[in-house]
Amino acid sequence: MSTVTEIDSAAPAAVRPARPPYKVTGRRVLRSEWAKLWSLRSTWITLGLGLLFLIAFGLIAAAHYKSSYDGGHLRPDDANSTALDISLFGTNFAQLALGVLGVLVTAGEYSTGMIRSTLAAVPRRLPVLWSKAAVFGVVALGVSLVGVFVAFPIVSGIVSGTPAALSFSHAGVARSLLGAGLYLGLVGVIGTALGAWLRSVAGGISVLVASLMLVPGLIELLPSSWQDNISPYLPSNAGQAMFALTHDSTTLSPGAGLLVFLAWTALALGGAAYRLVKTDA
Amino acid sequence: MIEAQQLTKRYGEKTAVDRLDFVVKPGTVTGFLGPNGAGKSTTMRMIVGLDAPTSGTVTVNGRPYAEHVAPLQEVGALLEAKSIHPGRSAFDHLMAQAYTHGIPRRRVDEVIELTGLQSVAKKRAGAFSLGMGQRLGIAAALLGDPATVMLDEPVNGLDPEGVLWIRNLLTGLAADGRTVFVSSHLMSEMALVADHLIIVGRGRLLADTTVRDLVRTAGGDTVTVASEQPARLREVLAGPGVEITGEVGSEELHVTGLTARAIGIRAAEHGIPLFELSARTVSLEQAFMDLTRDAVEYHGTTTVETPGRAA
Repeated sequence: MSTVTEIDSAAPAAVRPARPPYKVTGRRVLRSEWAKLWSLRSTWITLGLGLLFLIAFGLIAAAHYKSSYDGGHLRPDDANSTALDISLFGTNFAQLALGVLGVLVTAGEYSTGMIRSTLAAVPRRLPVLWSKAAVFGVVALGVSLVGVFVAFPIVSGIVSGTPAALSFSHAGVARSLLGAGLYLGLVGVIGTALGAWLRSVAGGISVLVASLMLVPGLIELLPSSWQDNISPYLPSNAGQAMFALTHDSTTLSPGAGLLVFLAWTALALGGAAYRLVKTDA
Repeated sequence: MIEAQQLTKRYGEKTAVDRLDFVVKPGTVTGFLGPNGAGKSTTMRMIVGLDAPTSGTVTVNGRPYAEHVAPLQEVGALLEAKSIHPGRSAFDHLMAQAYTHGIPRRRVDEVIELTGLQSVAKKRAGAFSLGMGQRLGIAAALLGDPATVMLDEPVNGLDPEGVLWIRNLLTGLAADGRTVFVSSHLMSEMALVADHLIIVGRGRLLADTTVRDLVRTAGGDTVTVASEQPARLREVLAGPGVEITGEVGSEELHVTGLTARAIGIRAAEHGIPLFELSARTVSLEQAFMDLTRDAVEYHGTTTVETPGRAA
């Protein structure tokens, strides 16, 4: 005890040597979130699954279509299918993988306690949310684009010579594939936003699955005049409009679909930002 | 330097931190003591901006924590609850923290070495023992070479070697001129490292004092003396700096400001027979228990004596 007291009086003003010029910047928070994403095994596994779903399910669907056609017992549902629809068959499954990983990116920090370290380093908080959403959105977009652009040529090759045959140069194909990638990237962003908003992995996944998969079914219980007004604007339907090859009066155009889906994304991010700033970590 | 002014945190009906005023100064180890649930962790969370105060303010080196351009350089905090992702390696965890501030990899290696984590740095933090986890938390706290180091219950669950390591670390950090703020519910542990003590109970400040003053005000140098003639003995012992208390009709007196030896000699000079003469040694532990027991019993009143005033 006495030694400490001596030191205390010897260094009164606490003059310390020049300190390194550390500073928190937006770019550095992005760098940190990038490093955090890739330093977890679950990221690699889930992204791998997402990619696998996109490619493998497209190929399986194509093989199934081809054998049905060759055997002459094509199901009526499949009669109007195109190589594009078939190659995007895996989108439904990939959106689950990417959305769930998005939820994990944010809600996982709350369930583990990591959020305390994160917010101690970036106490202004909002840069963390924007960085997580941006980093994961870009990664999900990249993985999805790889998936759809790998799946389509192979599927197209498998179903060539059938009514579903469609080449890459066909009008709208490239736009649809880009739309599908963009849709999945935004699903990832919505996942991160829901995770940050609800701060619970289970809650985030539930809301994600409900809004993308269950709500369209529930809407069918409404009177049909309501359905027509509401249905196209649901996240799932607006999202599908982004990558559908053909559009009719009951669906939005790809551009309108993108705008509506962006609005849903902004809503989720807004809720997440509000809670992040307003409530204790 | 940490300054709290009327710092208050309420969770609905419950007041976790109640109008705390204190200053934690550089160059010393300041112990933050209180029984479990006294509001220590909540106060520390408010210092680093994880919880927002209901009212009042707390600043670090003159500013709210969130307003610093490099927060990790101002305060390095080890919070009580785990603040790591178990799936990430110690190195990756530290590196992710370092990226936010532009802290070089060299510094990450330094804190890993400083905390003795070299052999496990690449392993998943989830597999760490309690002691290793604590070391990782301290490595993260030291990452930004902070002017203020704040540790919440750092010795909890550590083995004797780990406890000793923390003790030396704390005194070393204070010797560097840093502000060191350490919470504990164990007085015995604090007595070994802290110079200054901030004691809270039920969210209220009970004492802002030094270890020595705490013992003194808790009656550390009281001598109990019993005699047939308490009134006469009282006259004999009276003098400047001497305080004598005793109940009317009781043969016992409590004397401060005189040693047992001096009392015995003076009583003998005046021919007063003594039945009992004992120096009452109050341990820090006892002093702490007395203080906090009062906080529980007289919660919400002002009858609690704050030794800070005497200090």
